[in-house]
Amino acid sequence: MLYIDCPYCGKRAHEEFTYIGDATKKRPDGAEKNDPAWVDYVYTRDNPRGPHLELWHHGLGCREVVKVLRNILTHEILGAGRPADEIPLPETETKP
Amino acid sequence: MIRGKEQQPFRISEGGEIERTRPLSFSFDGKSYTGYEGDTLASALLANGIKLVGRSFKYHRPRGIYSAGPEEPNALVNLRSGGRQEPNTRATQIELFAGLEAESQNRWPSLALDVMGVNDLASRFLFAGFYYKTFMGMPGWHFYEHFIRKAAGMGTAEHVSDPDLYDKMHGHADIVVVGAGPAGLAAALTAGRSGARVFLIDENDKPGGRLRSERETIDGKPAMDWAASTLAELEEMENATILRRATAFGYYDGDTIAVLERISDHLPVPAPFQVRQRRWLIHAKKVLLATGSTERPLVFDGNDRPGVMLAGAARTYANRFAVRPGKHAVVFANNDDGYRTALDLAEAGIEVRGVIDPRTGGQGPLKEDVIAQGIDVVRGAVVVRTHGYLGLAGVDIADLGTLQSGTTPETRFIPCDLLATGGGWSPNVHLYSHQSGKPVYDSAIAAFVPGESRMNDRSIGAARGRFSLGDCLADGYTAGQETAEALGFTTGAVTDIPSTDEQATGPLKILWQVPALPGRKGRRFVDLQDDVTADDIKLAQSEGYVSVEHLKRYTTLGMGTDQGKTSNINGHGVLAEARGLDVSEVGTTTFRPPYTPVAIGAFAGREIGRHQNPVRRTPMHDWHLAHGAQMVEAGLWMRPQYYLGKDEPNSREAMFKAIERETLAVRNSAGISDVSTLGKIDIQGPDAAELLNRVYINGWKTLAVGKARYGVMLREDGVALDDGTTSRIGENHYYMTTTTAEAGPVMEHLELHLQVHWPDLDVKVASVSDEWAAMAIAGPNSRAILQDLFPQVDLSNEGFPFMGVREAKLGAFPARIFRISFSGELAYEIAVPAGYGEAAWERCLAVGEAHGLVPYGLEALNILRIEKGHVTVAEIDGRVSAADLGFGKMMSSKKRFIGDALVTRDGMDDPSRPTLVGLTPVDGKTRIRAGSILVEDPKTPPPVPKLGHVSSTAPVSPNVGHPISLGLLKDGPNRIGDTVWAVFPLKGEAVHVKVTSPNVYDVEGARLHG
Amino acid sequence: MAEYSVFSLIQNALTGHKNWQRAWRDPEPKPSYDVVIVGGGGHGLATAFYLAKVHGIRNVAVLEKGWLGGGNTGRNTTIVRSNYMLDDNAHFYEKSMKLWENLSHELNFNVMFSQRGVLNLAHSDGQMDRFARRGNSMRLNGIDAELLDRKEVKRMIPYLNYSDEARFPIYGGLLQPRGGTARHDAVAWGLARGADRLGVDIIQNCEVTGFKRTGNRIEAVETSRGTIGCGKIGFAVAGNTGYLASKLGMKLPIESHVLQAFVSEPLKPLIDHVVTYGAGHFYLSQSDKGGLVFGGDLDMYNSYAQRGNMETIDHVMRGGIAMVPSLSRLRLLRHWGGIMDMSMDGSPIIGKSPIDNLYLNCGWCYGGFKATPGSGWVFAHTIAEDEPHPLNAGLRLDRFERGHILDEEATGPVPGHH
Repeated sequence: MLYIDCPYCGKRAHEEFTYIGDATKKRPDGAEKNDPAWVDYVYTRDNPRGPHLELWHHGLGCREVVKVLRNILTHEILGAGRPADEIPLPETETKP
Repeated sequence: MIRGKEQQPFRISEGGEIERTRPLSFSFDGKSYTGYEGDTLASALLANGIKLVGRSFKYHRPRGIYSAGPEEPNALVNLRSGGRQEPNTRATQIELFAGLEAESQNRWPSLALDVMGVNDLASRFLFAGFYYKTFMGMPGWHFYEHFIRKAAGMGTAEHVSDPDLYDKMHGHADIVVVGAGPAGLAAALTAGRSGARVFLIDENDKPGGRLRSERETIDGKPAMDWAASTLAELEEMENATILRRATAFGYYDGDTIAVLERISDHLPVPAPFQVRQRRWLIHAKKVLLATGSTERPLVFDGNDRPGVMLAGAARTYANRFAVRPGKHAVVFANNDDGYRTALDLAEAGIEVRGVIDPRTGGQGPLKEDVIAQGIDVVRGAVVVRTHGYLGLAGVDIADLGTLQSGTTPETRFIPCDLLATGGGWSPNVHLYSHQSGKPVYDSAIAAFVPGESRMNDRSIGAARGRFSLGDCLADGYTAGQETAEALGFTTGAVTDIPSTDEQATGPLKILWQVPALPGRKGRRFVDLQDDVTADDIKLAQSEGYVSVEHLKRYTTLGMGTDQGKTSNINGHGVLAEARGLDVSEVGTTTFRPPYTPVAIGAFAGREIGRHQNPVRRTPMHDWHLAHGAQMVEAGLWMRPQYYLGKDEPNSREAMFKAIERETLAVRNSAGISDVSTLGKIDIQGPDAAELLNRVYINGWKTLAVGKARYGVMLREDGVALDDGTTSRIGENHYYMTTTTAEAGPVMEHLELHLQVHWPDLDVKVASVSDEWAAMAIAGPNSRAILQDLFPQVDLSNEGFPFMGVREAKLGAFPARIFRISFSGELAYEIAVPAGYGEAAWERCLAVGEAHGLVPYGLEALNILRIEKGHVTVAEIDGRVSAADLGFGKMMSSKKRFIGDALVTRDGMDDPSRPTLVGLTPVDGKTRIRAGSILVEDPKTPPPVPKLGHVSSTAPVSPNVGHPISLGLLKDGPNRIGDTVWAVFPLKGEAVHVKVTSPNVYDVEGARLHG
Repeated sequence: MAEYSVFSLIQNALTGHKNWQRAWRDPEPKPSYDVVIVGGGGHGLATAFYLAKVHGIRNVAVLEKGWLGGGNTGRNTTIVRSNYMLDDNAHFYEKSMKLWENLSHELNFNVMFSQRGVLNLAHSDGQMDRFARRGNSMRLNGIDAELLDRKEVKRMIPYLNYSDEARFPIYGGLLQPRGGTARHDAVAWGLARGADRLGVDIIQNCEVTGFKRTGNRIEAVETSRGTIGCGKIGFAVAGNTGYLASKLGMKLPIESHVLQAFVSEPLKPLIDHVVTYGAGHFYLSQSDKGGLVFGGDLDMYNSYAQRGNMETIDHVMRGGIAMVPSLSRLRLLRHWGGIMDMSMDGSPIIGKSPIDNLYLNCGWCYGGFKATPGSGWVFAHTIAEDEPHPLNAGLRLDRFERGHILDEEATGPVPGHH
C-alpha cells in the first residue's frame, strides 16, 4: 500500500486515488495548433528511474488533484502537496 | 483411549503438547487411524508408524515426512474432499481434527505400488532440461505436451465451487512483530509494555516457536513456562493483538504486512457463518521480523528415502508431539545440533546408533554428553548412501577425507529406520527480501542474513542468524524496547532479560554435498520435491546455465510448493563449488510472496459471485422489476432492456414483439424510458461558459438561460471523448449530461483541467448523477402528457421550443424539464430529485396511460436512435474524431478547445478516414450484423482492404420497414448511394448494402420540432 | 556444436551426460561490433539471431546487464496470439505467430510452443459486437478466428461461471485456435544458442552506462565491461528504454509501469486453454509443469520496481474467481512484477530514431512476449537495411506526431489503460 499525504484529507491509502501521471507536463495553453509542444505535452515523458513528480486524483476522497513526489524505483513517497506547490527533493538520498 | 494407544505404536506415553484424553480418528489413503488433539497430520501418521506419505514430482520416488513445518517438501497430501478439497497440503501443518481425510498424491494405482515409479529407472533420460532437447519433431509439441502435462503437476483439483467464506480485515499498528518464538515474544512484550499498539503474528496454533520443540530452560524452568507467562501478560494488554494460526505471508509497500489467519482450518468444517480464513493487511509504523530459521538438509546419495528427516524435525516430533519418528536412529549433522538431537532422541526412547559428524574437531561440550550416554560418535565421517526402498533400512558411512581425496573409502553399514540430518540453519529472510532487501552471505553460518533494511523493518533472533536462545531473548527484549522508543513511547530499562542454560556450540562445517562414492551413480537430492540432484546442477553449470536464476529455471530448483525453503541454499552452494566461487558471489534467487501458498479465495474475500462488483440501480429499478422489465448489465448499472407483458413468456419471439411494440409506441403515441444512468454534472460560477467553451468543440457563450445545447468533447489527442447536452439553468449555472459509460471519466477530465491547468477559472463542478432521477418521454403524445403533468407550464412550441429548459413542479416535487430528443420524436426529459424518482415515474405513467404511454427499454431506444443516425458509445469508440462522426462543422474556429491542436495532425485530419454513414441491405430484408467489415468486393482473398465497419444495427426497424445499420465508411459522405459489402466471415456472411445518410427517419426533423 | 535430438539425448544419457556442450559461449567483449544490441531478452536475442541468419551480419554483440532473459522474457505469462484488429498490429503479430510455429525447429531447441487456443470472453452484446469486428478483421487478414456463442463456450470450457450468480454473464467469446503458450525461458535460451552458433557474442553482466557520440551518431557504448564500439546500435530493453534514452537526451512516448504475474501450486491438468475474462482484466492458462499462470491489470502507476501491491492482487484474484469459481480453494504460490514499457497508444514502436545509427524497439506494453520472433525479424531488417520492413512501417516512432495512432484498446494516451 502506498500512503499519500493528501493536503486536504491527510494520509490516505493509494487505492482511494486514481493515478493521472507526470506532473511536470504543463499544458501549452495558447500554443499554435501545429506547435510540437502539443505532441510533447500529450505523448512524451521523462519517465525517470527515480524521483517522479506525479498527479493523483483523490476520487474516493476530496476529489482534489494531489501532486506527489515518489521514487518510482522504490515506490517510496517523498512528499505531496497541491498541484501548484513546489515539492522539493528530500535532502537525503533515497535508498536504492 | 487404550485403543488409541495401541494404534499409535510410536507414541511416547508421557510428555509433549498432545491431549491424550482427546483421541481423534482420521484416515489416510482410506485407512483409519487415531491421533490426539494437538497432533499435526504428520505427527499422527508417524505415531502410527506411517512413513511413506507421497511420491516425488518427476521420478515418483517414495517419500516420507521430512520436516515439521512450512518447509516440508515431501509430505504433501490431498486434504478433505468435494468442494473443500485442498491438494498439495503440507501434512506437517495440518492440525489434526476428528474425521480428517487425506490422500497421498502423484501416484497410481497406490502409494506403495506406483507405476510411474518407472521414471526412476529411466532417470538418466529425464535429466535436467531434457525436454528442451527433444520433442521438436512431428507431430509437434502439443501432442507430446499432452503426456508431459499428465505426468507433471502434483495434486489433483476438480472444478467444484468452494463452500467456505473468506474475510478481509485491516489492522493499524505501531509495531508488528512477526513470529512468536522467543525473540518475537520478548519483543512484543517490551514493546507492548510501552503502550505501543502491537500486533504479534504467529503461524502456529500457539506461540512459542522452536521453544515448543526443544528441551530448553529459561530462568531454570521449562522455556514454555516463560512463553506462557509472557503470552498471558500480552493477552492482558489492550494495546496488543495476538493473531494465532496466522501467517505473515508478504511485506508490501508502505510497511504493509499481509497476513492469512486460518480461522477454521483446524475444524472439520467451519461453524455456520464462520469464515474459513481472514486476510489481514496490517499497516505498520515499524516491523520486527522474528521469523526464525529453517534447517538445511545434507546432500548425499539416497537422502530422500522415507525415514530420512531433518534433525530439528526429529526433535520436534519427539519433544512436542511425543512421537518416536523411528526405533533405531542415526544422526548425521555438520554442527552441534547433531548431539542435541541424539540426546533428545535417546531421551525419547529411541536407540541412537551413532552420531556421524563430518567435522574432525571443534565440537562443543554436548558431544561429551552424548559419548557419556554410550552413543557412538564418528567424527570426520559422512553418510555416503542409504538403503531401503519404501522406507529406510540403513546407512553406509565412510571417512570424508578419503572420499574427498577421490579414493574409494571403506564403508560401514549401520541398520536404522531413522536418519536425522542437519546441515545448519538458514534465517528466514523472506519477508525482509520482499521489499527488495538484499540478503548478505554469512560464511560463519553458511547462510544468507538480512542486509541493510530498506523499509521500517528490523530482523531479530534466528531471523538474523542469532540462533542461541539467550541471543534470541536478548535481541527480542532490546529490539522491542528500542523500536517503541523510536516511535516516542517510553519504556523502562530492560532489566528482566531472563537467563538460559545453553551449552556453547562449536562452528559448523560447510558441506554443500557429500561427494558421490567413486563409480557409483547414486542420486543426491538437493530439491526433494522437484527431484533436482547435485548432478543436475553440475550439468546445468557445464551447459552454461550459471546464473542462479538460469539454474533455477533450467533445473526447476526451488520451484516447488516449498519454493526451495530447504533446497535453494544447498543448490547455490553446489553451483558455487562447481564454478569455483564463493556462495556470496553466486547470490540468491529472489524471494517472492507469499511465504507459504495462500488460497486465492482469501484475496477475493466477499467480492465474489453477485458481489464481485457493486450493482448500480436507478431510483426506478424496483418498478422496472415489478413491470416485466428484462434487466441487462450496462457497466455497473442494471437497465431495462425491454418490458414483457403480464404472463408473456421470456422467449425470443416475445422479445422481438416487445421491442417492436415499444418502438412503435414512441413513434405513434408515446414512450417513457429511464435515463437516470446518464452522467450529470452541475457547473456553477462566472467562468462556467468559458469552461464549456474549452471542453466542447462548439461555442457556448451565446447559449441563453433556459436553453440546452448538444455538445461533443474531445480528448487532448483529438479523439472524441463524449457527447451530451448541457443546459443553462441560470446566469452562472449549467447542468451537463454525459453518456452513462463516460460519466466518471468526463467528471475527472473537468476536475483535472480546472484544478491543474486552469485554476484561474472561477467555476466549480460537482457530480450530481446520483442526485437526479431522469426519464425521457418521447412521441407525438408527449406534449399532451407533459401538459397534464405540468398544467402550469406553457408547453406550446413557441412557449417551450426545441432545446428549451424549464424548472417546474411535478405535483409537489421540484423538476427540470428539457425539450431534448434522442429518438427524434417530440420529446422531453424530466429530471427530479432521485428520492422522488419512482413516484414521479409512476405519476408519468398514470397520467400518460390515457395517451398510450408505455415504458421502453434499451433495445427500442437503440432502434430509435439508429433510425435518426444518433451516435452512442458504439460509434464514439475511442478511436474516432468528431469529423468521423459527422461533427466536423461543429468544431469552432473562433475559440480554442481541448483536442483542437492534435486533431489537425495528418492522420486525424485525413478526409478519407472512415466516416459515419447509414447502411441498408440492397435486398431490403437481410439483417446486417454489427461488427461486419465493409469491403468493396467480398471475394477478395486475404489480406482484404477494409473500408470500414458496421458499428450499430437494428435487425428490424418497424418504422422504416427494413433492417438498418450505422457504420463508418472510408470517404463516407462521398459514397452515399453507392453499394459496398458488409462481410462477416466469422459466420460466412456477406450482405450487399447501400450507403445512405445516417439519418433515415424524419430527415427534415418535422416530428422533432413539431 | 552438436544438434539436440532424441539420439543425442540417448547417447549422452548412456555416457553419463559428460559431453553436453555449453548452450552458448561466454566471450569477452571485442573492441567493436558491426551491430550492438542492448538487451539480452527475447527481442534482443531474436534480433541478433535474424541479423546473423537472414541478413548475414554476424559481427554482432548482445549486451545484457544481468542474466539472459531476466527481464520481461522470464517473468511474463507466456501467452502467444495474433488476435489483433488494427491492420498494422495484425500483420505484424501474425508474422510473429508464423515464426513461432516453426521456432523450435528453427532453433533446434524446444520452446514448447503449445497452440492450445486463446479464448477471450465477452459479457455484453456490445462486447460481442466489438469481438465480431476484431474477429472479422482477423479473418480478412488471413488470421484464424472463431466467434463462439455462450453454448459453444460452455461446450469448450464447461467450468466457467455460467450460473445466475455470475455478476457479468458470459455472452460468448472470440477464439484464436492457433494461439497458445510457450516456455518463456526456453525462448531466450534457444535464441541465445541459435545466435551464438551463428557467431553472435552474447555478453552477460554487461550494463550499458553511457554512450560516446560524434555528431548525430553513437560511436561506442560505455559498459560495466568497458567501451564497445558499434557500427549500428539497437535498443531492446523494454521497461528500461526511457531510462536509456534519457542518457541520450531523448524523450519517448513511453511510461514504465509494473505488471504483476502469478502462479499457483502445481496441479494435474485442469485448464487446457488460455482464457481471458472480459468484464475485468484476467488471463489464465496452465503451465506444462502444472502451475496455473495468471495475471490482470497493471498497478496503474509509474514504476521501475519489479513488485506490486495488494490492491491489484485482490482485483486480479476477484476476476479469476468470477471467471473460474473453482480457483477459490487453490493456492497462490508466487507472485512477482515486471516493468512494462507502456507506449502512449498501446502499440509497439519499432524503427529508426532521431539518432542516425540508433534503432528503437520498445513500447511493448504487456504484449512483448508473443512478439519475440516477429520483433527480432523486423528489427533485424530495420537495422540491416536502415529502413523499416513493411511489417513495421506502421509502428514507427513518428506516428504520434503524424497522428497515425494504433490504439487497439481505444483508451487514449493514458499508458496505464492499455
